[in-house]
Amino acid sequence: MTLDSKVPSGPIQEKWDRHRFDSKLVNPANRRKHTVIIVGTGLAGASAAASLGELGYNVLSFCIHDSARRAHSIAAQGGINAAKNYQNDGDSIWRLFYDTVKGGDYRAREANVYRLAQLSVNIIDQCVAQGVPFAREYGGQLDNRSFGGAQVSRTFYARGQTGQQLLLGAYQSMMRQVAKGTVQMFAQREMLDVVVVNGKARGIIVRNLVTGKLERYVADAVCLATGGYGTAYYLSTNAVNSNVTAAWRAHKRGAFFANPCYTQIHPTCIPVNGDDQSKLTLMSESLRNDGRVWVPKNAGDKRHPNDIPESERDYYLERKYPSFGNLVPRDVASRNAKQVCDDGRGVGDSGLAVFLDFKDAINRLGEPVVASRYGNLFEMYQKITDENPYKEPMRMYPAIHYTMGGLWVDYNLMSTIPGLHVLGEANFSDHGANRLGASALMQGLADGYFVIPYTLAHYIASTPVEKITTDHDAFKEAEASVQNRITRMLTVKGSKTPRQLHRELGRLLWDEVGMSRTDAGLKRALARIPQLREEFWQNVSVPGDANNLNKNLEYAGRVADYLEFGELLALDALHRTESCGGHFREESQTPDGEAKRDDENFSYAAAWEYQGVGTAPTLHKEPLAFEHVKPSQRSYK
Amino acid sequence: MKVFLKVWRQAGPDVTGRLVDYTADNVSPDMSFLEMLDSVNETLIAKGEEPIAFDSACREGICGTCGVMVDGRPHGPDPCTTVCQLHMRRYKDGDTIVIEPWRARAFPLIKDLVVDRSAFDRIIQAGGYTSVNTGGAQDANAILIPKTVADEAFESATCIGCGACVAACKNASAALFTSAKVTHLSLLPQGQVEAKTRVVAMVDAMDENGFGGCSNEGECEAVCPKGISLKNIATLNREYRRALLS
Repeated sequence: MTLDSKVPSGPIQEKWDRHRFDSKLVNPANRRKHTVIIVGTGLAGASAAASLGELGYNVLSFCIHDSARRAHSIAAQGGINAAKNYQNDGDSIWRLFYDTVKGGDYRAREANVYRLAQLSVNIIDQCVAQGVPFAREYGGQLDNRSFGGAQVSRTFYARGQTGQQLLLGAYQSMMRQVAKGTVQMFAQREMLDVVVVNGKARGIIVRNLVTGKLERYVADAVCLATGGYGTAYYLSTNAVNSNVTAAWRAHKRGAFFANPCYTQIHPTCIPVNGDDQSKLTLMSESLRNDGRVWVPKNAGDKRHPNDIPESERDYYLERKYPSFGNLVPRDVASRNAKQVCDDGRGVGDSGLAVFLDFKDAINRLGEPVVASRYGNLFEMYQKITDENPYKEPMRMYPAIHYTMGGLWVDYNLMSTIPGLHVLGEANFSDHGANRLGASALMQGLADGYFVIPYTLAHYIASTPVEKITTDHDAFKEAEASVQNRITRMLTVKGSKTPRQLHRELGRLLWDEVGMSRTDAGLKRALARIPQLREEFWQNVSVPGDANNLNKNLEYAGRVADYLEFGELLALDALHRTESCGGHFREESQTPDGEAKRDDENFSYAAAWEYQGVGTAPTLHKEPLAFEHVKPSQRSYK
Repeated sequence: MKVFLKVWRQAGPDVTGRLVDYTADNVSPDMSFLEMLDSVNETLIAKGEEPIAFDSACREGICGTCGVMVDGRPHGPDPCTTVCQLHMRRYKDGDTIVIEPWRARAFPLIKDLVVDRSAFDRIIQAGGYTSVNTGGAQDANAILIPKTVADEAFESATCIGCGACVAACKNASAALFTSAKVTHLSLLPQGQVEAKTRVVAMVDAMDENGFGGCSNEGECEAVCPKGISLKNIATLNREYRRALLS
C-alpha cells in the first residue's frame, strides 16, 4: 500500500481554499441521516462534536470520564497561538507556519502546517464569541505574550488556565447541541475496538464503565480524538486516565501508526520525589519568560541555593544560547537539563533537578507583578513541594508531556482505514518531531472546529455505505474479541498489580527511550518489553469482575496495550538513526552536542503497519518535501 | 508514617454500604492524599481483594474529577485545595481519617466513593453557553471588554465542576456551581444576549435535577477548591429577578 497524503495541488496559500471548494457537500436536509461517532471530548473531540452537531449530523460522542468536561485538554496552562499580529511585532500566517515547521525540526507536512497557521486566527474569534475569558489589556483588547521561544507575542491566554477555558467553551457548545438533540453524549464509555465493515470504519465497541456491559454503536464514519500516549512512560504530565488504548486498537484494525518515537519532554516539571508518585506536574513554560535556569558550577554542591553566590552559579542556557537564552525550545532546554544533571551538577535530593530562579525578576518587577503573572503556578508548586518560589528558586526537571507521533492521517485527517478520522494529539500530522509551546490547543481546535466539518462532509458525500445494523458479523466478531481479552485478564489471578507492571515499563521507556536514546539501549528495551508483556499475562492481578465499575480492570487493559505499544515506540526510535526534535540519538549529534538530522535518509514520516503482537510491523514511508521552509540545522545560539 | 482509614465501601447503588477500616503503612509526607489511597489499593489488589473505587484524572486540581469527604469536609482540611492536591504532610503518624463519598440526592452513588455528577452537565445543557455556531465570528478584538470585567468573568469561569459545593450544602444546592456559570457569561457582552433566558433555564434545571434551594449558609464558598465567591450567588439572584420582572 502506498501512502497518499492527498495534499491538494496549487500554491500553499491557496491549497485549503481550493480544497474546500473542491470538497463535496452534504445537503442540510440529509445530514441528520448520517451518523458520526466521535470518541474523546477534549479540545479536538468536543469542538468536532459541537461543530458537526450544529451542521445537523447525528453525532454520537463518547468519553471515558464522568463528564465531557474532564478531558485532559483542561490541564493545558500556557496558551494558544494565533497569527493575529495584534501586537504589530512582525507576526503573520507565514511566520507562524515557518516557526512551526522549523520548530518541528522539518519533520511535519508543510501543507498541514500552513493550514493550521491560517485557521489559527479563526479559532480566537470563535472562542471569544463563546465567551472564553482571555486575558485583556486595560484598553479592553486581548493581551498576548511571547511563549516557548517565539520572537513575537502571539500567544493568547487565560491566566495559567487556558486549556480549561478553551475546553469549557467547546464543552458548552457541545452541551448546547446535546440539548438540541443533534449530539448524544455517552460518558463513562471506553472504546475498545473499531468495527471495520467491507474495509470501512463503521462503528465501535465500547465498555460501559458503570454497568460493565459491552455496547455496539454503528455509524457512517468514526472520528478518534483520544489524545496522546505519554502515560506509556508511567510518570508523565498527563492525567492518570490518559491512554493509548483507542488509538492502539484502531492500529490493530489497520490504521498505521506514525512516528511514535517523537515524544515531547517538557523542561519545566516538578521533579520526581518518591516511588509512590502517580504523576508529574507541569509548570507552564511561560515561567521561563522571567525565570532564570541555573545549576551550581561545581558538581556535588549541596548548599541551599540562596547560599550559592552568583559567581558560583552556571546560567547554562544563557551561556550556551546567548540569543535565545532561557527561551530555547523545549527539546533543547530538556536535553541541557539532563546534561548538567549527568555531569553531577543536578540539585535536590535526587540530583535530578535544576533551579528556576525568580529572584532577579522579583527585584526588577516587584513581587506583585511576578505574582500577577505566575501566582497560581507558584501556589501549585508550593502545595506540592512545600517550598516558596518567592523566597527560593523552584526545582525543575523534564518530564514526558506530549506525543507528536500518532495515527497516520492524510490532509483530510483520515487514517489508513477509510472512514476512520483522527483529530488532535491522537494524530501525527502537524508538529513534526517537536511541538512548539501553545500549539497543541491550536491544533486540537483547528481540527475540530474548522477542518473536520469540511473533510468529513466530503467523505460522507463521496462514499456510499451499506445499510447495516449492529447485528452485522463484524460487530459480533469485534465484541467477542474484546470480551475475550477482558475474560483473560480476569482469569490470570496472579500477584502483580497492573501498576507495578506499568511502573516497570515506564522506567524502562524513560531510561532507554527517553530524552536520549542509543542503539544499545533501544535494543535492551526491545528485549525486555516482550518479557514484561509475558509477565503481565501470566501474573497480573485483576480482582473483582467485569459487570460493574472496576477501575483496576480498565487500568489493566490500558497497561496491556502499552505493553504492546511500547515495543513499537522503541522500534521506531531504533530505526530512526538520526536525531530530530524530541528524538535524540546519541550517535547523531553535532560536535557541540546538538541534535543532528539526516535529511538525506530520514526526511519522511514513518508509518507502521500492524502485523500481530510480537511480529515486526511493516514500515511505510511518506516522503516529506520542503518547498517553502528550507531545512537547516536548527540553531538557537 | 502510618495512618488509619475508615473508608466508605458500597458495592453498588442498591446495596448497603459501611465504613471499613484500613491501615496505610509507609506513608511519606510528600505523597498526595490520592497516592496514599493508591498505595492502600496496591496492597488490596496484590491480595486479590477489590480496591477502593474513587475518581481522579488530572491530579493537579483542574479537571474536577476527584472529590471525597475527608473527615466530613469536601476535599479535606486545606482551603482552596482539591483532594488530589492535598498532601500527607498535613497529617501526623497515627491519625485516623474518615473518607466518604459526596452525599446528595442529585449525585446518586455508583460505587464506594464514586458518584454520578451528570446532573451538572444537564444544568449546563439548559443554558450554560452562548448560542453561536462555529464559523462567522467577528474579529476577536471587535468588542472591547474592560480588563476588570474580563478578570471578574474569568474568576467565575474557573469553577471546575467537582461538586464540593453541593456536598457541603445542607440543602445539597447547586447554587454556587450554577451561579458561577451565570455570572461568567452575564458579565461578558457575548453572554448578555441570552442572559435572561439562560438564568431562568439554568435555575429550573437545578430544581428539576433534584438539587435543593440555597439558604445562604455559605458552606459552599468555604469548601470550594477554586475559591468561587458567594458573590456569584448574589449575581444569580439578581439576574434571576431581573429576568422574571422584565
